[in-house]
Amino acid sequence: MYSSRKICLPIIAILLACAASLAGAAEPGSFGYGSVATPAQIAGWDIDVRGEDGTGLPSGKGTVDRGAEVYAEQCAACHGTFGEGEGRFPKLVGGVGSLRDERPEPTVGSYWPFAPTLWDYINRAMPMQAPHTLSADDVYALTAYILNLNDLVPHEFVADRNSLPKVKMRNRDNFIWTDPRPDTMTKPCMNDCVNAADVRISSTAEGRNLTPRTTGPLDTMQQK
Amino acid sequence: MGRRRFLGLGAVLTGSLAVGGKQAIADAAQESPPADAPWSQSIGAGVVDRPYGRPADTEASVIRRNVPWLTASAESSVSFSPLQDLHGIITPNGLFFERHHAGRPDIDPAQHKLMIHGLVERPLLLTMKDIMRFPSVSRIHFIECPANGGMNWRAAQMNSLQFSHGMVSCAEWTGVKLSTLLEETGIRNQAKWAMVEGADGAHMNRSLPLDKCLDDCLVVYAQNGEALRPEQGYPLRLVVPGWEGNVNIKWLRRIKLGEKPWHTREETSKYTDLMPDGTSRGFTWLIDAKSVVTFPCPEKPLDGPGLYEIRGLAWTGNGKIKRVDVTMDGGVNWQSARLHEPVLSKALTKFTLPWRWDGRPALVASRVIDETGYVQPTIAQLRAQRGSNSVYHNNSIQTWQVKPDGSVFNVQLA
Ligand code: HEC
Repeated sequence: MYSSRKICLPIIAILLACAASLAGAAEPGSFGYGSVATPAQIAGWDIDVRGEDGTGLPSGKGTVDRGAEVYAEQCAACHGTFGEGEGRFPKLVGGVGSLRDERPEPTVGSYWPFAPTLWDYINRAMPMQAPHTLSADDVYALTAYILNLNDLVPHEFVADRNSLPKVKMRNRDNFIWTDPRPDTMTKPCMNDCVNAADVRISSTAEGRNLTPRTTGPLDTMQQK
Repeated sequence: MGRRRFLGLGAVLTGSLAVGGKQAIADAAQESPPADAPWSQSIGAGVVDRPYGRPADTEASVIRRNVPWLTASAESSVSFSPLQDLHGIITPNGLFFERHHAGRPDIDPAQHKLMIHGLVERPLLLTMKDIMRFPSVSRIHFIECPANGGMNWRAAQMNSLQFSHGMVSCAEWTGVKLSTLLEETGIRNQAKWAMVEGADGAHMNRSLPLDKCLDDCLVVYAQNGEALRPEQGYPLRLVVPGWEGNVNIKWLRRIKLGEKPWHTREETSKYTDLMPDGTSRGFTWLIDAKSVVTFPCPEKPLDGPGLYEIRGLAWTGNGKIKRVDVTMDGGVNWQSARLHEPVLSKALTKFTLPWRWDGRPALVASRVIDETGYVQPTIAQLRAQRGSNSVYHNNSIQTWQVKPDGSVFNVQLA
């Protein structure tokens, strides 16, 4: 009895180990395709910044005044000299206190929860026609300038990896990051669900003249 | 064939066209059959006349379209699929809706690479050749921009199926499971999130929970049997089944595992849902169940009283469609429609219902119920919960008003 148990246990252990490796994830590198990314390669690609705490922000810094210069040259044509937005290009300022209005204006000043996200976005996507051409210092300067336009930092503010995560954005605490849906519950009624006399059209697209043409010969995309 | 005979045949062919052309058309119109139409009296184009085929010239109006006033520039904009002219659950590749943030890059696949790093055991740099060696899977899934129908939050605006619902499309995607790639790199215990990023000018990026990555996400290089179209992320895109289009990163170049989400611009400034009390919902990835009647619709009016087949599409990020009900009277009475096979998880599903139209005004709408029991809400029910400023995730019931002359309008009911 004693001896057979002694033999049995290791066998069970081996069987369990086998089962685990069959059911569980394959060993890393088991296909062996591609090449292991080197630290230098990773450093070249690794541009992301975390909004909440600024993890990933590089060294460097920028002032509001320097930001104003770069902004006038590279951004104002689309976003307006003071961030008011040319045409339909996005506004970068304003809308503070408007989020409960009939026509809210979400902007960096009124809506964005995290300042490091501004650095990250300018760095990854702007200026629109020539992305990834700004130095880290200039991205810091532009970030400082836009935050200053929004009265979020004083004129003396210097943006860097330490100061940006500390900027308290106005809408910081108004996001709920867990999805509360489903938020509508209905029982699918089949017959006499509403009184026919109560069925009323509350809004129609007829005659609004907003719809581009969708039928006929090749569309000229003129507004109808 | 000798040269003389060949020339002779040519003369006969042109002769018959020239002499018989007009007459033949008249015959075809009046007493066909048996009279021949011109295309029956001539020889057609040979093989590889169009080495890569294209639709008939007369289908030239079946195209993607945009709404010029909607966005500042076509490079950061959206185009809509012509759902009114499509007939199945698969969207042809040239008609799949587009959403770009920095235009469509034209990428050299020989130079494109995918980097996977962060909280992994073995960071990897993969070429397209490497990625295509991994075990492959093919799955049919829809992709919907969560702003689809966004223009109808406040009121019925677009008198068109294409512009009110055309930011959804569906394709068979082929690639490798994201879980296969992540297992190849090895996942560190602390990893809970993935940052996924594109190679376009905007380096579009989003955070995804690791659980979803390991569940059913795909890194794909093919769409409906051919390489991805450039507009859809050629040479490589992420497919996140059932979740909002924006997270299905196109031109995928980097995946980084981390402990916490990134809160990128596309998941804070955009793709968050503003509520009437001023709070916003973030990370609302799921596409709730939605359906729409695709015939009749504003672009396809009715042609006099008689028997018609109501047709439509339904989809849900929760899995499969269980049932679709259709009303002709604005929701007083409903009838269940027939679902057409295949009914696939997180894919468009087709439904039809025969309808004898008596020529009187009608209010036609569909309502989907998915396999979780979720019921598609009315716009009034959605507004009661979310107001009308949330831009995204309007999955409400679409009502089409049919007038006695057969014309069809986008309306909302009180
Ligand atoms: C050619 C026009 C153009 C230029 C020049 C330009 N932008 Fe933009 N910018 C845009 C467009 C268009 C968007 C919206 C992009 C989108 O949503 O995909 C945008 C978005 C932004 C946003 C995000 C706004 C929000 O609330 O989400 C910021 C911040 C921004 N730009 C900063 C800059 C800065 C800084 C510069 C100068 C370095 C700049 N932009 C230059 C066109 C431009």
